[in-house]
Amino acid sequence: MTNMLEIKDLHAEVGGTEILKGLSLTIGEGEVHAIMGPNGAGKSTLSYVLSGRDGYEVTSGSITYRGQDLFELAIEERAAAGIFLGFQYPVELPGVSSTTFLKTALNAVLRQRGEDELDAVQFMKRLRVHTKSLNISDDMLRRGVNVGFSGGEKKRNEILQMALLEPYLAVLDETDSGLDIDALKVVADGVNALRGPTRSMLVITHYQRLLDYIVPDFVHVLAHGRIARTGGKELALELEEKGYGEFADAPHGSEAA
Amino acid sequence: MSYTTETADQVSSIAGEKYKYGFVTDIETELAPMGLNEDIIRFISAKKDEPDWMLQWRLRAYERWLTMEEPEWAKVEYPEIDFQDAYYYAAPKSQKDGPQSLDEVDPELLRTYEKLGIPLHEQQMLAGVAVDAVFDSVSVATTFRKELAKAGVIFCPISEAVKDYPELVQKYLGSVVPYSDNFYATLNSAVFTDGSFVYIPKGVRCPMELSTYFRINQANTGQFERTLIIADEGSYVSYLEGCTAPQRDENQLHAAVVELVLMDDAEIKYSTVQNWYPGDADGKGGIYNFVTKRAACRGRNSKVSWTQVETGSAVTWKYPSCILQGDNSVGEFYSVAITNNLQQADTGTKMIHIGENTSSTIIAKGISAGRSQSTYRGLVRMQPGAKGGRNYTQCDSLLIGDKCGAHTVPYIENRNRTAQIEHEATTAKISEDQLFYCSQRGLTDEEALSMIVNGFCKQVLQELPMEFAVEAQKLVGISLEGSVG
Ligand SMILES: Nc1ncnc2c1ncn2[C@@H]1O[C@H](COP(=O)(O)OP(=O)(O)O)[C@@H](O)[C@H]1O
Ligand SMILES: [Mg+2]
Repeated sequence: MTNMLEIKDLHAEVGGTEILKGLSLTIGEGEVHAIMGPNGAGKSTLSYVLSGRDGYEVTSGSITYRGQDLFELAIEERAAAGIFLGFQYPVELPGVSSTTFLKTALNAVLRQRGEDELDAVQFMKRLRVHTKSLNISDDMLRRGVNVGFSGGEKKRNEILQMALLEPYLAVLDETDSGLDIDALKVVADGVNALRGPTRSMLVITHYQRLLDYIVPDFVHVLAHGRIARTGGKELALELEEKGYGEFADAPHGSEAA
Repeated sequence: MSYTTETADQVSSIAGEKYKYGFVTDIETELAPMGLNEDIIRFISAKKDEPDWMLQWRLRAYERWLTMEEPEWAKVEYPEIDFQDAYYYAAPKSQKDGPQSLDEVDPELLRTYEKLGIPLHEQQMLAGVAVDAVFDSVSVATTFRKELAKAGVIFCPISEAVKDYPELVQKYLGSVVPYSDNFYATLNSAVFTDGSFVYIPKGVRCPMELSTYFRINQANTGQFERTLIIADEGSYVSYLEGCTAPQRDENQLHAAVVELVLMDDAEIKYSTVQNWYPGDADGKGGIYNFVTKRAACRGRNSKVSWTQVETGSAVTWKYPSCILQGDNSVGEFYSVAITNNLQQADTGTKMIHIGENTSSTIIAKGISAGRSQSTYRGLVRMQPGAKGGRNYTQCDSLLIGDKCGAHTVPYIENRNRTAQIEHEATTAKISEDQLFYCSQRGLTDEEALSMIVNGFCKQVLQELPMEFAVEAQKLVGISLEGSVG
């Protein structure tokens, strides 16, 4: 069986500074991995490298996604191939209604996958299934994408997009930040509903709290541009207790940060 | 009778000996000689078989034009135009001269048609491919004419109206935009070659949307079109201008005049999608689009609504205006102006409130990409008699990239204390964040831009008639191609 994702010795720079310094990580089909780590460790950078964002330059290493060299794909091709990034800070698109955005995105992805595009009626049908469970109002769908959305609405909207686009690999970047406990539960329920044997997830978080609701198979600590430690879900609890103190200093053998 | 002999006959019969020399060789080419002088104007008038009053009007305009200076206040730059280095009359191309099939048409042009989803037979018409007489569109056009005639609506080329409805034309031509109005309008008055004439009788709601499109096969639209629409008491018409396809044209200057006249309770909705050739990415070529459009709301409760989507032309200079003379009359201006590469647009409107309780709305959306410059220039004037006049203006600019410019130049003159004027302006930029967000959801940069810009323009695009709106949306995307990445 091929793995969902194999990252080998990945080095990446942003604005001329190396942020990822030999990161390796393997995610199997259907697995949920959590990445934790101090602020500025490079968690978001990893998510951008996976999605192919300009300015995040890979200097060495490899990423194989479902058996394919990921670097050969443009951003939108990766999206169509099933990589979804839930944004830490979802972007506002004034004037573009959420419905229009969701339909345009879904059809763009379907087209690239060689499937039939949906007409307005088929689309609304599919949309309704998800808006209900995620508690997304019609008013939200009419408004400009993320414009005037509360923190919780923005994150629910991200999960809605993930549900519609049906990715193989979902990278969720601090989906819990800025959420109160009720909002967190709605989002976590939404994510859990999408767990399945062919869908893998990389859940990035700073806090252990989210992992009470989205229980991971593996927990990794990202520090100094590498996976500094890997464990089961109990690692998250340990980090909660001790903090990231032990990762604050450069590990032996690496250059000073 | 061949074209050449016909022309020679007309010229000599009307103009006498004098013209024998000037035209003998040149008429072979179906062009009037190059340059502009009184003889050329007589030639045009003769070619159109016009009555003397029309010729005299043209000549008065020409004399006036000689004394005028080209306006320089607009924020546009272009090399000086040599008005003697142009042809002012080119005979409508005979079907034999045009491309005989789509194989002979610029593939780039066809690619655009395809993207716009224009059906094949319409593509042929737009590209000027010779279409034979049994062709669908011809019979369609005839059916329209019949139906319109039944309603009493007159819709014909203005050159025909000059001959067939001289009282109406004499009464209203130049009554909104006088021949002495401005440099380009005056030039147009002297040399206009064709355009549309519309008359909607009292109480008639025009049974269909009128479009210059239906006239494409009858006359190649000239560079100096002149359009006159008269909406009599209680009538309504929606008029669509310009096809949403680029019309390549070697000639640089396009100076049209549009006059709208509205009586009591009349309403005109005038929609334009302008997509003249904008020049190439380096700013070479393209149309100078210097247009004067004005509506006179003469009657009480009359309403005029200008909606324009301007995506083409190298330089655009255009201010569709409303003279709100009748009490309670309403003027609206909805505009989208998109500039890319080295295009320049200086466009806006004038709302002149004269009558009581007149109201106007201005929604202007400017989108600049590449190294282009876009300016909104608008005047709102409340005359002393405009008691209770109201205006609401909203100007939004959207920038794509950091080498383009957007400017807003509102002129506000309020001479009536009871009048209210509101003005709002915003400027936004499409960010890398936004494009990345869209790409991550599967959209190419071009699809993302098109979606964002269409969202930005929604308020205006929704004013367009349905079929037009769909084409305009696609056009928005196409005109921004190559502006990112
Ligand atoms: N555009 C950028 N230019 C320069 N440095 C950046 C840029 N974006 C992020 N960084 C730096 O990269 C490091 C990792 O950032 P990030 O991946 O956002 O961390 P995390 O998500 O783990 O908090 C930080 O030191 C940050 O300052
Ligand atoms: Mg981060």
